[in-house]
Amino acid sequence: MSAAAASPPVRPQPLCLVLGDEDLLVERAVQAVVDSARAADPETEVRTLRATDLAAGELAELVSPSLFAEGRVIVLHAAHEAGKDTAEAILDYARTPAEGIVLVVVHAGGNRGKALADGLRKADAAVTECPRITRFEDRAAFVREEVRGSGRRITADAVTALLDAVGSDLRELAAAAGQLAGDTTGTLDEAAVRRYHRGRAEVTGFSVAEKVMAGDRAGALETLRWALQLGVPHVLVADALADAVRTVARVSASGGGDPYRLAGQLGMPPWKVKKATAQSRGWQADGLASAMQVVAGVNADVKGVAADGGYALERAVLALCSARRR
Amino acid sequence: MNVWDAVVGQDEAVRVLHAAAVAGTSDDAGGAMTHAWLFTGPPGSGRSVAARAFAAALQCTDPAAGPGCGHCAGCHTVLAGTHADVREVVPEGLSIGVKDMRDLVAGAARRPSTGRWQVLLIEDADRLTEGAGNALLRAVEEPPPRTVFLLCAPSDHPDDIAVTLRSRCRGVALRTPPAQAIAGVLARRDGLDRDTAAWAASVSGGHVGRARRLATDADARSRREAVLRMPMALRTQGDVFALADELVAAAEAEATGLTAGRDAAETEELETALGGGGTGRGAAAAARGAKGAIKDLEKRQKSRATRSQRDALDRALVDLAGFYRDALASAWRAPVALTHPDRNADVATAAAKWSPESLLRRLEAVLACREALELNVKPRIAVEAMASALQQG
Repeated sequence: MSAAAASPPVRPQPLCLVLGDEDLLVERAVQAVVDSARAADPETEVRTLRATDLAAGELAELVSPSLFAEGRVIVLHAAHEAGKDTAEAILDYARTPAEGIVLVVVHAGGNRGKALADGLRKADAAVTECPRITRFEDRAAFVREEVRGSGRRITADAVTALLDAVGSDLRELAAAAGQLAGDTTGTLDEAAVRRYHRGRAEVTGFSVAEKVMAGDRAGALETLRWALQLGVPHVLVADALADAVRTVARVSASGGGDPYRLAGQLGMPPWKVKKATAQSRGWQADGLASAMQVVAGVNADVKGVAADGGYALERAVLALCSARRR
Repeated sequence: MNVWDAVVGQDEAVRVLHAAAVAGTSDDAGGAMTHAWLFTGPPGSGRSVAARAFAAALQCTDPAAGPGCGHCAGCHTVLAGTHADVREVVPEGLSIGVKDMRDLVAGAARRPSTGRWQVLLIEDADRLTEGAGNALLRAVEEPPPRTVFLLCAPSDHPDDIAVTLRSRCRGVALRTPPAQAIAGVLARRDGLDRDTAAWAASVSGGHVGRARRLATDADARSRREAVLRMPMALRTQGDVFALADELVAAAEAEATGLTAGRDAAETEELETALGGGGTGRGAAAAARGAKGAIKDLEKRQKSRATRSQRDALDRALVDLAGFYRDALASAWRAPVALTHPDRNADVATAAAKWSPESLLRRLEAVLACREALELNVKPRIAVEAMASALQQG
């Protein structure tokens, strides 16, 4: 903030478009616009409302310059849900933005209400993209960025440990990274992370299934325990097991070959075929047939047949691991 | 043509019901009439048809020639489902909830408005949830004087109907109608030629509705063909997935065909009723408020779609089980009628190729799959497990 105060204040562009649905990033982008408007004019008034709540004509009222020409920032949330009339009104205004007023349009970025987003781009709005972060690498990059933002560095091991322990929620990751940076000195390493965080925040049914298909009995049981401890619904674990078994069975029944051709035939993505091909090496046809009975049985068990779904899952994992040996 | 003609091949049950209706329409409600009835019988035997015929007979306004004349206003309106004193519960979803039952029970306390009896007909009483059964029980235990409860269930086994309800009802057991009776009704009522009617009756397994479907609907016939080809076509592990997929996809397509058009129309109707498509101030807020009601409707539609898909799959599995049963019967040279007499070549091959033990294992795999579907197992998983067991033998 001190750097911004030293340089002459830069007024934000009169039109800003925040595209994407990653909440934390969207919030930060909006806040950045508000901050820079306030830096230019501390009296700036901020109005926040949902685009769907705008009645006809209300937008014109909001964007008309006030008598004393104080700045104003108008934040329109959920613009993708806006009706046709509202969208047109926004675009109309975008062609001739008023002096001293900053309009921030927050749009989820999908296909819904795409015309509005495209129109704003064409009207030279300042675009900030905040797409949802789904890949592990992107999340790791986010953590590194967060730590760097507070003037520190973090090792790759520490990033992995932090992601394991905290999970995938960006808000929590940002908070954890900030806290770690505040509590420690020097480069953040794995030991520093382990000191404050332990356990696993997110274990999915898929990671259990992966261990089972690889025949790692101890690892599978451990992962399953983590999953149950974290409250992963039994049904999801059972579904993941069933999906893994039938994928391997389908791939091995197809007789192998080019994964891209198989992917088209079996209607699944190539990476899944490749993974299943690797997993299918330890499996025989008989074992797969009995594994399919096991997963069908456990699917009923977790839906109320067994008195204890957790026990049923454990038994299924053991049965699957021994089916693999055959 | 009286109302009992629709009840196919159930002479004994019709005699009992007729006697009750005679007692019910004359003013001395003696021992032949009672306030709660439980119709049981295998699927397709006509439980709901019998219950509806009985309701019509009770409301008959021209009982001179015996109640249930079939041409008076009372009989007509009951059979058309528009009689003011006959309330029907026909569940389309997976279960009958306690809320529906409470509404119905509240209505049960009224006196009949135009007819002689207030009739409450519950089709598929086996789908009553525990709470719904208890709500109904209160009314069946202390019935208002002119109210009759007609419940339909596959059997009086406690799995199908609560013992507390059963013990307060008089049972009417329907049998599987004989093939000649089915063929007769198809020829008489639906105007089908004698050969088609006889064929459809012979392969329907005693299910009147299914026989009519097979006789009149080419799609139903081709679906049955596809299912019955399955046992001999399951050769390799790859066939397991291809055929299981075919079976599930056919069931899905059948279910969507039945429900998709209705879903769209219902949703549109509700949206219009809730002011969808309106403009002006407040329209957006109204649209948001309507979302709850639309979600509710979607939930009901989803439950209905799940049920029709399950029912479609179940019909296929019953055909499949019939095939293995036929193979077992012919392996043992049992002197019984085959379920699928038109597939006797395949049946003979199967009986020669597989041992009785292996046939029995296959039959059990099919039955286990039916049970799994009822327990909410994902159809694809259950059917693939079954197909893999059928292939292994």
